[in-house]
Amino acid sequence: MTWETVIGLEVHVQLSTRSKIFSGAATAFGAEPNTQACEVDVALPGVLPVLNAAVVEKAVRFGLAVGSTINRRSIFARKNYFYPDLPKGYQISQYEIPVVQHGSIDIVLGDVTKTVRLTRAHLEEDAGKSLHEDFHGMSGIDLNRAGTPLLEIVSEPDMRSAAEAVAYAKALHALVRWLDICDGNMQEGSFRMDANVSVRPAGASALGTRCEIKNLNSFRFLERAIDYEVKRQIDLIAAGGSVRQETRLYDPERDETRAMRSKEDAHDYRYFPDPDLLPLEISEAFLAELGASMPELPAQKRERFTTEYALSAYDANLLTASRELADYFERAAAGLTGQGPKLAANWINGALAAKLNEAAADIGASTITPRALRALIERIADGTVSSKIARDVFDAMWAGEGDADSIIERRGLRQISDGGALERLVEEVIAANGAQVADYRAGKAKAFNALVGQVMKASKGKANPQQVNDILRRKLT
Amino acid sequence: MALTLDDVRRVAQLARLRQNDAQAQAMLEELNRIFALIGEMQAVDTSAVAAMSHPRDVAQRLRPDRVTETDRRDALLALAPLSEAGLYLVPKVIE
Repeated sequence: MTWETVIGLEVHVQLSTRSKIFSGAATAFGAEPNTQACEVDVALPGVLPVLNAAVVEKAVRFGLAVGSTINRRSIFARKNYFYPDLPKGYQISQYEIPVVQHGSIDIVLGDVTKTVRLTRAHLEEDAGKSLHEDFHGMSGIDLNRAGTPLLEIVSEPDMRSAAEAVAYAKALHALVRWLDICDGNMQEGSFRMDANVSVRPAGASALGTRCEIKNLNSFRFLERAIDYEVKRQIDLIAAGGSVRQETRLYDPERDETRAMRSKEDAHDYRYFPDPDLLPLEISEAFLAELGASMPELPAQKRERFTTEYALSAYDANLLTASRELADYFERAAAGLTGQGPKLAANWINGALAAKLNEAAADIGASTITPRALRALIERIADGTVSSKIARDVFDAMWAGEGDADSIIERRGLRQISDGGALERLVEEVIAANGAQVADYRAGKAKAFNALVGQVMKASKGKANPQQVNDILRRKLT
Repeated sequence: MALTLDDVRRVAQLARLRQNDAQAQAMLEELNRIFALIGEMQAVDTSAVAAMSHPRDVAQRLRPDRVTETDRRDALLALAPLSEAGLYLVPKVIE
């Protein structure tokens, strides 16, 4: 039987604010335990939550970017459960009416673009952290993270493979960074994914029973956890069993998912509106103001790059992976004409990406400024250096040896376009390679390329290849 | 709608309340009286009334995103029965 995989993702995005969602305590990562947990965060009796305006702004910016309905009135609810790192005994979240509803994100897989629909995005507070190292058989609780603002973004079950789930997660990750609402730091837990996975016979319309894999903090683990879980479910059903709806954890060391030890009633959260918080109202003026301040979004920029700079969809997609990279390209391409922008894209997506990859750094760490790269491209375009030699110049620029012009001068890399000099070189090569000349004249086309190669070698790569071709062809006929 | 003793036990367990049989029975009767009241309220036609999530009909006030709280760890930890290395100590619970 063929099976179809059905995946929906819930992503917890930590909103990059200075202070917490309901208190004025700091959210900085890595502080000493409990030094950023105030009376509200530790839930002393009598304290009241006050909502952070920046949290609302960031949630709305996300909603605007994905074409959501922004609910003008949303409410906060209490999600009740007992756990030591949740001092109030409930998490403040949104249940019936979240701030953001619907919308969609396009993902690009090869040449195919697919739309993943969003169900909702709601605001909530994070819990603290339990440390289970040995404190005389007890657990230590650090409440620094308690009250950190989260936007939980829930997708529809629109993904059909682990690859699609990863593409969606990456697109979402890029978007929240693009919007500057989350730092995207996955090691520090700023972007955590839960995957709802089920399988059904191909062609069936009813959904299979799903399992939720919790707390995946890398794209690789997301992919592997889904692959494992899909196989587990198919094997289970094929063997005559049935999938039980449950929460599972992925263990990267064993590369498997395991059922979490939790009581069946653990998910009875008994939500009810939080009487400590009034309804959140979003005014028309606030929406209009945020709408006007939205940056150009990745999809819009991709579209513009293909029309304005005549880039391929592939190049435009790579260059819009982050706002910084897209800005770098536009600064490098500024003022370039003809094939210039395409050359800039090639150099950024090729040589520069390789260097950054090698250094495990992003575009902000480039030792070559966009202006310096543009200067190199101008020298290629005006024939001063060949593309091949330009690669050496680029390497020298990366190593900090100066700008393109000074490297070209200092190393004597200027392309030889002087007709007289080239003629002499060609004549020398013809004289020294009689056998190949004879081969070519006898109809062996390959011999011509070998002779061009000899001339290029004699010029130390500096001859203009097109001119060499022309001169050689003329002299041999 | 009337609750059963099992419902009461389940809710008590979720709320981490320990009850003996007599207490559970008494709780059942009290809760059932509350449910009767809820039943009465639900019988009222509210189709023309907008849902209200808070008794005060005003909107949430927002605060600017500024760090206003300083580190009061020692004072707050002192309120807990046990602490060590800047952490609150609790019986070990691993989900």
